[in-house]
Amino acid sequence: MSSGQQVLPLQTPIPAGRARRPRWHFRLQGSDTAWAIAFVVPYTAVFVAFVAYPVVFGLWMGSRPTLYALLFSEPRYIDTLVNTMLFVCIGVNVKMFLAFVVSGFFMQRRWWVRALLVVFLLPWALPALSVFLSIHYMLVSQWGLLDSLWSAVTGADGPLFLVSRGMAMAANILAYIWKWLPFWTLIFLSARMAIPKEIYEAAAIDGATSIQQTVHVTFPLMANVYLVATLLSTLWTFGDFPTVHFVSSGAPARTTEVLATYGFREAFVFGHPELGAAAMMSALPLVIPIVILLMRRLHRTGVQL
Amino acid sequence: MTGRPANEPAMSRVVAAARNARRRHRRRLAGGIAGAALGVVLLIWTLLPVYNMVLIALNDEGDEFTGSLWPQDPSFGSFRAVWTQDHWYLENFWHQFGNSIILGVATMVLTVMIGSLASFAIGRMRLRRGQLIGDAALLTYMLPTAILIIPFVHIMHVYGLSDSLWAVISAYVAFATPYAVLILHQYGKLLPMELDECAKIDGASPVQIYLCIYLPLMTPALVAVGVYALLLAWNDYLYQFMLLSSTRNMTVAAAIDQFFDSDEAPWNYMMAVALVYSLPPIAIYFALRRFTSFDRVHT
Repeated sequence: MSSGQQVLPLQTPIPAGRARRPRWHFRLQGSDTAWAIAFVVPYTAVFVAFVAYPVVFGLWMGSRPTLYALLFSEPRYIDTLVNTMLFVCIGVNVKMFLAFVVSGFFMQRRWWVRALLVVFLLPWALPALSVFLSIHYMLVSQWGLLDSLWSAVTGADGPLFLVSRGMAMAANILAYIWKWLPFWTLIFLSARMAIPKEIYEAAAIDGATSIQQTVHVTFPLMANVYLVATLLSTLWTFGDFPTVHFVSSGAPARTTEVLATYGFREAFVFGHPELGAAAMMSALPLVIPIVILLMRRLHRTGVQL
Repeated sequence: MTGRPANEPAMSRVVAAARNARRRHRRRLAGGIAGAALGVVLLIWTLLPVYNMVLIALNDEGDEFTGSLWPQDPSFGSFRAVWTQDHWYLENFWHQFGNSIILGVATMVLTVMIGSLASFAIGRMRLRRGQLIGDAALLTYMLPTAILIIPFVHIMHVYGLSDSLWAVISAYVAFATPYAVLILHQYGKLLPMELDECAKIDGASPVQIYLCIYLPLMTPALVAVGVYALLLAWNDYLYQFMLLSSTRNMTVAAAIDQFFDSDEAPWNYMMAVALVYSLPPIAIYFALRRFTSFDRVHT
């Protein structure tokens, strides 16, 4: 079983692979071509006006080299870079690993597991705004739920979460995992369901324990989906604004900001839009290699999202 | 002739089997307990922030909490205040809620229209170099959209759309159509091409094929894409907050930030608003849970 070439669609009913279909027997001609072009005009117009133009404009805004010299002379910016790396690397990887484990748990066919799945997916349906405000309140108030729980268990006053940089960063990452774990669990759940049962039966007959089955059957078969999901989630997490904006709000003293909130604050709170654009564009050296890797991966393996 | 000697190993086999069964049983029991423990942990982990929202919203005095784990003296005063807009901050709540609905529905309709037209042209009509559109869609889909907010604000000034719902709608349509094109393109591959060819032989125009064959057969995928667009518009915060500035044009998501910044933070109203604002996506989620296709809708 060559795991590298295994094509596992994330979406079970849609067959993967890039099989060529027979072409439209009557090649596009005359008025049909005109119609086809007319059909893609709205999409192209939206793309040019609201994606390509902003991208180019943003690159132009952040194109002066002096901006980057200014950014790198700012210790806050260096902190922000470190935070972004921590947030993305720890957040995405822990979340993906947990999603893999939890999706295995949800493969059970018991009624209470199925009922739990419905509840478990709630964070994904709830607006980020609502839940992150709630989490912020749990952390910031001395009467927050976490403090109440803490004192109910230990009898002492709870810790002040948003006073230490480490705790505030950990809170951001945990809130991020809370919000996005359900979605990726669902993705892995459908990937697990696409694995034929016979493979597990064969492994069980050969005497493989359930841990061995996970390591030698499930994981190789899901490696592709796992990698694509991780890369995609990494890209999205670079642009994750609401988590940090609401949960820690950069507290204490702007030491827990990530690039998205830092650029936002420079541009709209302190009134340096070009510096803000430069800060956000400075994520590109990290983003572009991942985009290229992911594009190649998607074209080669046909994993679909 | 009882065959006793032959029975001896059989007996020990039975004993061994019983021992194995007991061990298996014990292992299954341990597995069951571990599973139940994991279930309880997941349940608490998931519901803690939600419970916190309810707890604060049920408190009558905005900023004085006793720090208890249960709602002491629960009251629906804050929900009533939201319903009757009985607070300086809540004055425009239902108007803003309406704006949120307009925003979501407009994003949904435009995304489905533009996305289905584009995917019909590249997937069914096989427009030459249509793959370029697919690649553009994939690239946009990967883009972390928050990093575009700064140029976006400036561009909306150029387009004369500042403080207009249309600015936000066009941003969300631009971010949602790529996913629509990708999904509809994939789903469209499941429909036999012969359908289109038959219609063409019978003299149907591309518009007729699109309206009478493509759209009806694509309904499940169109629903999934529409819900995706609706939830994207409902759940995003940054673009609404930055592109809408006047109270009358604001959506609920944009307006909540005023609360966040004000000195007198009436947290119970805020949480009541947050809960009310969470109801539509939850309703959609429960309504569509039965359709497996919804499992794949991203937000």
